[in-house]
Amino acid sequence: MTAVVVSGAGRVFDGGSDAGTVALTDVDLTVGEGELVSLIGPSGCGKSTLLRLIADLDAPTSGSVAVFGKTAERARKDQDYGIAFQQAGLLPWRSVRANVELPMQLRGGAGQRGKSGQPNKAERAARSAELLALVGLTDFADHRPHQLSGGMQQRVAIARALARSPRLLLMDEPFGALDEMTRERLQDELLRIRATTGAAVVFVTHSIAEAVYLSDCVVVMSPRPGRVVATLDVPLGTPADRAARGIGLREDPAYFERVSAVREALHSGDAASDRVPT
Amino acid sequence: MSRQWQGSGKRLGPALAGAAGVLALVAAWEAYKALVPDDGWVLGEVRVLPRTTDVAMPHLWDMAARAAEPLTSAPDSPPLWLVTLQGAGFTLGVSAVGWVAGVVFGLLVAVLMARFVPARAGLLPWVVLSQTVPLIAIAPLVKRWGAQLEVGTFDWQDWMSVAVIASYLAFFPVSVGALRGFTSPDADADGVRLDLFRAYGVGWWTTFWRLRAPSSVPYLLPALRLAAANAVVGTVVAEVSTGLRGGLGRMIVEFGASASADPAKQWSPIAGAVLVGLAATGLVALVALGLRRYRVGEAA
Ligand SMILES: Nc1ncnc2c1ncn2[C@@H]1O[C@H](COP(=O)(O)OP(=O)(O)O)[C@@H](O)[C@H]1O
Ligand SMILES: [Mg+2]
Repeated sequence: MTAVVVSGAGRVFDGGSDAGTVALTDVDLTVGEGELVSLIGPSGCGKSTLLRLIADLDAPTSGSVAVFGKTAERARKDQDYGIAFQQAGLLPWRSVRANVELPMQLRGGAGQRGKSGQPNKAERAARSAELLALVGLTDFADHRPHQLSGGMQQRVAIARALARSPRLLLMDEPFGALDEMTRERLQDELLRIRATTGAAVVFVTHSIAEAVYLSDCVVVMSPRPGRVVATLDVPLGTPADRAARGIGLREDPAYFERVSAVREALHSGDAASDRVPT
Repeated sequence: MSRQWQGSGKRLGPALAGAAGVLALVAAWEAYKALVPDDGWVLGEVRVLPRTTDVAMPHLWDMAARAAEPLTSAPDSPPLWLVTLQGAGFTLGVSAVGWVAGVVFGLLVAVLMARFVPARAGLLPWVVLSQTVPLIAIAPLVKRWGAQLEVGTFDWQDWMSVAVIASYLAFFPVSVGALRGFTSPDADADGVRLDLFRAYGVGWWTTFWRLRAPSSVPYLLPALRLAAANAVVGTVVAEVSTGLRGGLGRMIVEFGASASADPAKQWSPIAGAVLVGLAATGLVALVALGLRRYRVGEAA
């Protein structure tokens, strides 16, 4: 089953007296099971808005969004996806471990309760230990968030997003606030996590290199009004292959070729939008 | 090692500063008495500095000596300091009841305002207005209303009226501070935490208990401290204006009436009021200690 199907989605924000902001118009997007799709474009082009529509944190003013064949609202209430933002948003009064366990402690909607109930304390502890090992923070389980660096906090946020073993991961510039070194390390980590979990990912970024390195498919967007201008495949191998190749992949000519292709698409998208009369 | 030093220094700092403050106050009192003439300073018709006679400003050691003597000349009279301590205990108890009632009421009002946005617009002006009613004016009213109250075997006591007035002053900072705290996740980190809770598909109350309430602690603690000070002041003033016996308020008035004959006596209940204030501050510090997990700000 496809993870996400967005068809003809638009979002207009009320702007008080004037006509309002057209953040998105007529967006179509399909994310297959286990696929990693990046949304890339200049800031203000509606990437976050599109991600929030998929997450049902916001509703489209036209068109529709389906997640695993359900409405976005049903999928949210069933905790079908995990989500991470640019800000880690950890709860400062909880330990790292307790932060990771948070989504497992909170009751989802009625559907969730009916199906499997909540994981008990022992199950939660086992799961958080597993996830902290996955993001390399086992030794920090009892630390508090303020004792961690920005990169470590972001890894906790990713572990938390994975807590309920979602088959869909939504990420809005999760590495945007990190330095280049940490960023590349976390990109490799994300590839490894993908290889282990097989989850589909919608990944928002404004870094061309990051989008190409991580994605099966890069969706290029342009601003005013936000829309999809190109969809490019990135056939650079499975996530496990990529993670194994690491720096080798970042220096591969095939990788550079895709980077150029995305860059061209971005710039032609800009040019196209410049031609639109205002 | 150096960290531990820093830690204990941090804890010792306020205590040292407090002791230094008290010493400075003592020195200022006696220095003023020594330097300014008995009749104060009069410029033309106006006295710009108060008198320093032993009636107006007794020596601190005279106050201490008076506290050690019996309350009255009656043969079995207890010492003044003991009576003062008992009065301080009474006032502290009434203040504590008023504080707890005010905190509970203030939190309820804040939850209501956080939960229902229309309630916020409707209630907040009234919360602010409530504090412009003069305390002296409402104290006798509350006492009269209380006296008319009769529910089964429950009998309204006069001290309850005083506690109600204390709570009336205590609830205000709590409701305002708690509201700010409860709504702080709306702005924190672009509201990311609220987005997360929404993504978990949980309702308002779960979000409240797990996110809004813990987030409110850094805003709530200063409000609790302010509420404690308000409760003590409210209790003493209400004791005076309702004429309640047993507390420091009444003592200050009574001893003040005989000040020309026994000037050092009234300073004992005044010192007692300071003690009550310190005890109240200490109790709130204990609450803060219990909530210290929630006081950590977010780094980076
Ligand atoms: N809540 C909102 N209210 C009004 N306008 C908004 C809101 N959220 C986003 N916008 C507008 O929608 C456009 C797209 O925003 P966003 O999706 O955040 O862009 P991106 O994530 O690509 O930088 C911007 O012009 C922004 O100002
Ligand atoms: Mg964005």
